[in-house]
Amino acid sequence: MSTNSVVKKNRKRLDLSDAIIRGFGYIFVSFYALACVFPFLLIIGTSFSEEAVVRKSGFTFFPRGFTTYAYDLVIKGGTIGGSYVVTIVMTVCGTAIGLFIISMTGYALQRRDFPFRNAISFYIYFTSLFSAGLAPYYLMMTQTYHLKDNYLAVFLPLLMSPWLIILMKNFVKSIPHEITESGKIDGAGDMRIFSSLVIPLLKPALATIGLFLALSYWNEWYNCSLFLSSRVQYKTLQYNLYEVVNKIASLKNSVAATYVTFDDLPQETLKMATAVLSTGPIIFLYPFVQKYFIGGITIGAVKG
Amino acid sequence: MRNKKQNVVALHPKKQIKNPIKRFFINLIHYRVLTLMCIPAIVFFFLFSYMPLPGIYVAFINYSYNKGIFGSKFVGLSNFKFLFTSGKIAMLTRNTILYNLAFIILGNLLAIFMAILLNELRSKYFKKVSQTMMFLPYFISHVLVGFLVYNMLNYDYGFVNTVLVNLGFERWGPYSNANVWPVILVVIFLWQVTGYNSVVYFAAIMGIDAEIIEAARVDGANGFQKIFYIILPGLKQTVVILFLFALGGIVKGNFGLFYNIIGQNSMLFSTTDIIETYVYRATMNDFNFSTASAVGLYQSLFGFVLVLTSNWVVRKLNPDYSLF
Repeated sequence: MSTNSVVKKNRKRLDLSDAIIRGFGYIFVSFYALACVFPFLLIIGTSFSEEAVVRKSGFTFFPRGFTTYAYDLVIKGGTIGGSYVVTIVMTVCGTAIGLFIISMTGYALQRRDFPFRNAISFYIYFTSLFSAGLAPYYLMMTQTYHLKDNYLAVFLPLLMSPWLIILMKNFVKSIPHEITESGKIDGAGDMRIFSSLVIPLLKPALATIGLFLALSYWNEWYNCSLFLSSRVQYKTLQYNLYEVVNKIASLKNSVAATYVTFDDLPQETLKMATAVLSTGPIIFLYPFVQKYFIGGITIGAVKG
Repeated sequence: MRNKKQNVVALHPKKQIKNPIKRFFINLIHYRVLTLMCIPAIVFFFLFSYMPLPGIYVAFINYSYNKGIFGSKFVGLSNFKFLFTSGKIAMLTRNTILYNLAFIILGNLLAIFMAILLNELRSKYFKKVSQTMMFLPYFISHVLVGFLVYNMLNYDYGFVNTVLVNLGFERWGPYSNANVWPVILVVIFLWQVTGYNSVVYFAAIMGIDAEIIEAARVDGANGFQKIFYIILPGLKQTVVILFLFALGGIVKGNFGLFYNIIGQNSMLFSTTDIIETYVYRATMNDFNFSTASAVGLYQSLFGFVLVLTSNWVVRKLNPDYSLF
């Protein structure tokens, strides 16, 4: 009886401090989470507003004078359709090819009996320790490989990174070595063991690393800015957005030339609509795939 | 190297092959499939990471586009001398390191704070929804981040100015005032990564033995004591390791963030130019490949030493976590 009452007493005291922390937690986290989505609501709201109202009274949270004019211009007019095709093709192919190579390499490098694994691991890891820097890289890509204005210059460098291979190795580590052994005893070759026994167990790893790859392809603008000049009409979505936001001429190109005169262009809402369309699919997809990212972060965090 | 002996033993338990060349080829034939599985990655890193290395030579010549690498004049270290005597390198290094220190320290503090609060919340639904919302900024491109910042802050239609004007205040023009950007950039950085970073600490808190917490409660520890005497000490190791690794990358910048927010706005460069934005402009705007290479080489070497040092410290603290 007496111990019970002590525990009860303690519970009461605990509840007060816990309630303070919890209450503060709910308030702080709510505000922070709202701050995270607020700018997005702002551009979505403004993209459906009328340009004249936006110019007079600034960006807005709720559409003022609801209209889809800016979207009509962007979709019917210009470059965004081509950008979508370029980005989707790159994302799909890059993720598939990248995943294949990364998982193969990750498996081989994690095989305990593979004598070259330390040498190859170091060979790959070293590239993240020391690099030549941007200028020699740029000269090599443009003058040795002649990849200026070539989509391959955007596509290839994103296929893999030392970090993703290390992440894959950490995932493979969690698969018991006995699986490989049992395959060997049954007479399967290394490739057969990999494709029939290991790959099915690597599904969470493939999902996580596939998402990192897909995200880096979808958000690609850097290589585009380095290697694709104005001679290439369709850039990736994000670089298309970059140009529409930062270069007036590109803003005009993003709608059909005959559509409106330049002075009539609803500049601000047009930028907003392009931003919404360029980001679109990610916003709808990420809540579903987020758990795979969480798995990736916790496995890859320290041994990055 | 160090595994060779043990592997050979596993492969040929009876006879040891002494000749290393012979051993290499025997291994190559025996493990041809595993070797082939690594070939695409080996070729990839050779083409995109090792091939540019000889190009570092550009840092030691006065590169001209027409003459090519071998036709340009060799100038030794004078590219570096210029960068050091003009104070350019010092300014870039200072900006890069100070920004990274602020990012690392404040970023980790806020992430830990957030993880502890999330851990205290009981409503699963609330936790899930708020985490999803906090994750959103991490999934978008830096181009969009730059655009969002512009929408919040620009002089004419920006949201902040709309609110200020409506409340009867003067307009605020940060895009022509260099001094405010360190604060703004740090806030944007925190906004973008905290949701993501807090997950690491959240997982670490989950890893703390629940029985310790239960025992403390029975002994009468209140909520604050639980946080200060159990959770924070429990996170110490994760914090130290992540901090040390982050220090290893302190001369590498967040190029995308700076380039998309500041861009070519030279009014703001004194407080916002980092090594990578300078290298990018020197390469892409000025075609000054020699200067760009010199700065890049300086950054690579500096970074290399830092990573080795931080890894050495990590290995002293806990060999399990060291990278090599």
